[in-house]
Amino acid sequence: MKTIRTVFFKEIVDNFRDRRTLISALLMGPLFGPILFAFVINLTVSQSLENAEEALELPVIGAEHAPNLIQFLESRNIDIETGPENREAAIEAVSLGEKDVVIVISEDFGDHLAEMIPATVEVITDQANTTAERETRRARRALSAYAQEIAAMRLTVRGVSPLVMRPLNIDEVDVSTPSGRSAILLGMLSYFFLFALLTGGMNLAIDATAGERERGSLEPLLCLPVKRDELIFGKIGASCLFMAISLSISLTCFHFVLRFMPLQELGMTPNFGPVVVLLAFLLLVPFALVGASLMTLVASFTKSFKEAQTWVSVVLLAPTMPILIVSILQVRPSTELMFIPSLSQHLLLVDLIRNEPVNLTHAAVSVIGTLVIGGILTWVCARLYRREGLLG
Amino acid sequence: MIVVENLHKSFREVKAVQNVSFKAEDGKITGLLGPNGAGKSTTLRVLYTVLRPDSGLATIDGFNVVEDPLGARARIGTLPHGSGLYPHLTARENIAYYAKLYDMASETIDESVQNVIDQLNINDFADRKTKGFSQGQRTKVSLARSLVHGPQNILLDEPSNGLDVMATRSLRDLIRQLKATGTCVLFSSHVMQEVAALCDEIVIIASGQVAIHDSPDGIRNATGCDDLEDAFVKAISMVEVAA
Repeated sequence: MKTIRTVFFKEIVDNFRDRRTLISALLMGPLFGPILFAFVINLTVSQSLENAEEALELPVIGAEHAPNLIQFLESRNIDIETGPENREAAIEAVSLGEKDVVIVISEDFGDHLAEMIPATVEVITDQANTTAERETRRARRALSAYAQEIAAMRLTVRGVSPLVMRPLNIDEVDVSTPSGRSAILLGMLSYFFLFALLTGGMNLAIDATAGERERGSLEPLLCLPVKRDELIFGKIGASCLFMAISLSISLTCFHFVLRFMPLQELGMTPNFGPVVVLLAFLLLVPFALVGASLMTLVASFTKSFKEAQTWVSVVLLAPTMPILIVSILQVRPSTELMFIPSLSQHLLLVDLIRNEPVNLTHAAVSVIGTLVIGGILTWVCARLYRREGLLG
Repeated sequence: MIVVENLHKSFREVKAVQNVSFKAEDGKITGLLGPNGAGKSTTLRVLYTVLRPDSGLATIDGFNVVEDPLGARARIGTLPHGSGLYPHLTARENIAYYAKLYDMASETIDESVQNVIDQLNINDFADRKTKGFSQGQRTKVSLARSLVHGPQNILLDEPSNGLDVMATRSLRDLIRQLKATGTCVLFSSHVMQEVAALCDEIVIIASGQVAIHDSPDGIRNATGCDDLEDAFVKAISMVEVAA
C-alpha cells in the first residue's frame, strides 16, 4: 500500500510539472467540448432566428396577372421582387443556384380563377439544394394558405360553411418538456465529457509505461524490491486522478457555458445546475478506471512514446461506438445495457439532463459494472507487467 | 555475496548465456568482461531479477533470484545499462523516490539522501531538475539512487559508458570506497584497462560462456600474455574456436 502511494504521488508531481500533460489534461480536453458546443449552438440559434424574422425575398414572374395573390404574400412578410424575364431564364437561374426559388404565375391565372378552373402557379426550385428547402417550404405554405382562403370564400358565397372542408381536426399534443427537447442536442454532451476525461489521463498513462521504457527508467524501477502489481496500481491510480480532474473542469465549464447560451430561444431549458453537475460527475467518474487501465494496457504494448500516442488515440474514439450504435437504433435504457461502459454513462446522463428521475438500479449497475470491468483491465495490466518481455 | 551456478538463458534460438558460473565476494570488486553481445547484460539482468533464467542457480546473499526475487532485490543496488531519470524531478527527488520505494523509514530518508549526495559530490546540481543533465551528471544521480539504501551488493552494467576522464576517475574512486566498506561490487565492461585498473577478480565472458575466471595476475599466467589486453583477446578466441 505504501508503494502504491509513493508511486501515485510521484506520478502526480512529475506530471504536474510536465507542460504537455497539463495542457492536454487541464485545457485541451475539458475546453474542447464546451467551446465547440457553444459555437454550434450559437450558429443554430442565430440561423433559426434569422430565418423566422427575416422577410423572404421571392422573385415572381408574371406578378401583374395576380395582384391579390401578391398582396396576400406581402402581408405574409414576403418581399416580391421582379423575377427573370421568362420561365427558361428562371429555370437556369435556379439550377445554377443564383436563385433559391422562383414563382411563375401564368397569364391566364386571373381568367382561370374567375372560371373556377384550377389556376396554375409554378414553384421552380432545386430539391437537391438544402439551403433552398426552407424558403421553398415557406413560399409553398403561403400559396396554400391563399388557396385555402379562396376556397373558403367560394363556399361561403354559396352558403356552405367552410368547415365542410375540414372533416378532421388534427391536433398534435407535444408532451416533450423543453428539457426533453434539449436532450437530443445535449446527447452529444456525454461524449464530450468522456473525451475530456480520457484526454486528461492520456499523457500520464503513456508516460508511465512507454515513456518510462523509452527514457530507460523502467529497468532500474523494476530492480527495486517492490511488487510490480503495486507499481502499476499506483500509475493507473494517478491516471485516474488526472481524468477525474479533467472531467470536473469540463463539467464546470459546461455549467457556465450553458447558462450564457440562448438555449431558451431554441425551446430548450437544459437541466445543468450544480446538483446535476455533481451527479453527472459521480455517474461518469467510474469510467476513469476503464479509461486509465485500457490506455495503460495499450501503451504497454508499444515501443515508444510516439507509437503509444498513435494507438492510445484510438482509445479516445472507443466510447463513441456504443453511443453511436444506440442513437441509430434508438434503444431505450435497460438494465442489461448498463453493463456496457460509456453507453451506460451516456444513457444515464441523457436522463439526468432531461430532468427525468434517474433509475437507481440502473445507476448502481452502471457504476458497479464499470468499476468491475476497470478492475479486470487493471488486473490484466498487472499480469502484463510481470512478463519479462516488458523491457522490449 | 553473489553466486552464479550453471546459468542458462536463451531468447528463442539465441543462446545468450550458457552454463555461466562465478562468485563475487564481499569486499571485492569483480569485473564481468567481454565483447559486445557476450552475455554480460543478460547475466546481470538475471541477477537483478528482470529476466528469469532457463536453468541454473543465482543467489544474492543466499536469496534465490527466482524463488525470492523481492528478497534478492532488497539486497542489491543496481545501475542498469542506460539507466534513465525522471526529467521533471530534481536529482534529490529522484533519489528520494527510490529511497521511499526501498521502504526506508520516512524520518531517515532526508538524511540518507543527503549522505549519498555528499558521498557522490553532487551537491551542486542536487536541486535542479534532471532535464538537460550531462551524461556524467546523470550517471552520478543514477548511482546515488541505487546506493541510497546502503546495499550490501552493487551491480553496475557498463557504468563508465559515455563518461569523460574526470567522471570515470571519480566513479573508480567511488567503487574503491564501496569495496573498502565491505560491499560486493560486480560490474560489467568491455574496456580491458578499466577492469584491469579496478578489479580483484575478472570473469571473461565470450559467446555466453565463461572463458576465464581469475585474478588479473592469474589471467596473465594462464594465457601466457603479459599484457592484459592480449590476454583478453586470447581468452575470447579460445572460447570462440571451441564454439
